[in-house]
Amino acid sequence: MKNYTLTHLKELESESIYVLRELAAQFERPALLFSGGKDSIVCFHLARKAFAPAKIPFPLVHVDTGHNFEETIIFRDELAKKYNVQLIIGSVQQSIDEGKAIEEKGFNASRNVLQTVTLLDTIEKYKFDACIGGARRDEEKARAKERFFSHRDEFGQWDPKNQRPELWNLFNGKKHLGENFRVFPISNWTEMDVWQYILQENIEIPSIYYTHERECFVRDGVIYAHSNVIPLKPTEKVEKMQVRFRTIGYISCTGAVLSKANTLEEIVEEVAATRVTERGSRIDDKRSEAAMEDRKKAGYF
Amino acid sequence: MTDFSTAGYLTMDLLRFTTAGSVDDGKSTLIGRLLYDSKSIFEDQYEAIRASSEKRGEEYVNLALLTDGLRAEREQGITIDVAYRYFATPKRKFIIADTPGHIQYTRNMVTGASTANAAIILIDARKGVIEQTMRHTYIASLLRIPHVIVCVNKMDLVEYKEEVFEKIKNDYTSFAAKLEITDVHFLPISALKGDNVVDESKNMDWYKGATLMYLLENLQISNDQNHSDARFPVQYVIRPMSSDHHDYRGYAGRIAGGVFKKGDAVTVLPSGFTSKIKSIDILNESLEEAFAPMSVTLTLENEIDISRGDMIAKTDNLPETTQDIEIMLCWLADKQLQLNGKYALRHTSKEVRCVVKDIQYKVNINTLEKIKDDKIINLNDIACITIKTTSPIAIDKYKKNRNTGSVILIDEASNITVGAGMII
Repeated sequence: MKNYTLTHLKELESESIYVLRELAAQFERPALLFSGGKDSIVCFHLARKAFAPAKIPFPLVHVDTGHNFEETIIFRDELAKKYNVQLIIGSVQQSIDEGKAIEEKGFNASRNVLQTVTLLDTIEKYKFDACIGGARRDEEKARAKERFFSHRDEFGQWDPKNQRPELWNLFNGKKHLGENFRVFPISNWTEMDVWQYILQENIEIPSIYYTHERECFVRDGVIYAHSNVIPLKPTEKVEKMQVRFRTIGYISCTGAVLSKANTLEEIVEEVAATRVTERGSRIDDKRSEAAMEDRKKAGYF
Repeated sequence: MTDFSTAGYLTMDLLRFTTAGSVDDGKSTLIGRLLYDSKSIFEDQYEAIRASSEKRGEEYVNLALLTDGLRAEREQGITIDVAYRYFATPKRKFIIADTPGHIQYTRNMVTGASTANAAIILIDARKGVIEQTMRHTYIASLLRIPHVIVCVNKMDLVEYKEEVFEKIKNDYTSFAAKLEITDVHFLPISALKGDNVVDESKNMDWYKGATLMYLLENLQISNDQNHSDARFPVQYVIRPMSSDHHDYRGYAGRIAGGVFKKGDAVTVLPSGFTSKIKSIDILNESLEEAFAPMSVTLTLENEIDISRGDMIAKTDNLPETTQDIEIMLCWLADKQLQLNGKYALRHTSKEVRCVVKDIQYKVNINTLEKIKDDKIINLNDIACITIKTTSPIAIDKYKKNRNTGSVILIDEASNITVGAGMII
């Protein structure tokens, strides 16, 4: 008899497409949170597969911290143009200018917490009832408890102790007026799965995921890209380094790794050999043991 | 991580398993060991839990901290919710649904079990088969987890004696004979010392079987999906209405059972309209055949009225279309089940309303006794009930197909998922 088994990537892909179609069917105004990072790029690719030959039935939303890598923004704009999708930009700078968010001060100031304000504002402005995020359960311990369909109350908050049970593949997206959902199609993927899939499907990603020469400096063991948004301490020295990024947030929360990986194959090999998690280079998670849980409860994705 | 060759992923498959039990059984230690020995714990993760253990004044690195992610869980030293863990070997990717043993026990185990190919049941070698073992096993059989792996743990504390293992194996076998479990494996292990988890034990020459890791890597999972009864619940209708695809009308969904081929004669339920499969599409590709659990888009030869919630099945093998359904129900909410109460019901992509007509019996999950005169169904109770739906749905029995045989009940006032049902 023929062997009807899928490879792990095919099975994950099929599950994610299923989740995206459930989302499109159960919600009226969904949106895809798109950062220009690899996870949201994979979500976009899966959405194209889920609804082909039709266009994807929701816009992309970028919560723009204003502290971006230029390469990511160029990539974002080209992708939106190429596939003819609507791109909505929520600006953290605007939230600050309107006095809704207050910029942090000091050497380690970050716009991470401020993103939540802009995200919730954007959701309200466009009346989105579900936002797709590229978060994965393997990333972080609070995320290990996330549902595919994650309920948020009218304040956008996550209540981890009181989540709806999610059985089989039956997702319950019912909600009261003003409440909304975060939907995570690639919950069950690991960093390795994402890279293998990008390789398998030959998906385009921003150039800064590949090795390049960049002006960097080292702080607390993390390699940062030198830019005008992170003030240097007197002892810190800027040097040219051969680096790439394993994960892309915005400049002040993303660390680089020394790497010569120039192809997707080389990246997969590098990820396989590495001994630290990708969030190890994310400064936003290092603030406290429950940093992610606290941000998620407040409405972060 | 383990040595992946860059092409190795092209042949890896996926196994989902659940572990049930409390910290005392050594569950967290076992998971920690699987992750640690398969090199799936990263240095910074290990460093973080080492630091937390030290801060809490614990003598050893507490691997349970790896799985207890929420602040409240760490504070109280208990696991509140199902947590998902991931690891991979060159052969397979694994998803662990790690379910807590303390509170809301049944609700969480049922959730974890609902998507699992295998269940690991831990028995403390010193205690043998206890009430909790029976509960775990009953739920594994109720949820029809295809493979059960019984790990007799803490063998180091009983001097690795074969008699202890054999007695537990016999006790378990005679108990499990009352339940429908198809594939059971027994292993003597010590999660703490590592015997027979990833590496073969040097302390139990008498055991000739496989290690846990070997077993997990080699379980035959190709038959866990139903490949004989072709079922396709329509999730979403794709109509591009663009100049390139002017007349395209595709039915998007995930195959819930069986195999569909181009040209197959199909019937749409509940309407009963018939047609033939014209194409099986995914992005820029057309397939000759597709099988569960693939997500595809079907187009049909005839233009018929089909929408979300309809079921496409092969005409020579149809599911039952009915409004009266008998289910084994696991109750998930604090508020009691209401006899004659109305609930929203979700079955595949279909949503209808239903009314609870009868509560036939409740199951004592420790003794498996059927209690006929108790109609009070509380959180974590399991009961056999009869419901009637507002409109017909196309169903299979749960034992035939987990996808088309399962339902959830939703409270219409709070929108909370309150019940999980398996059609009998």
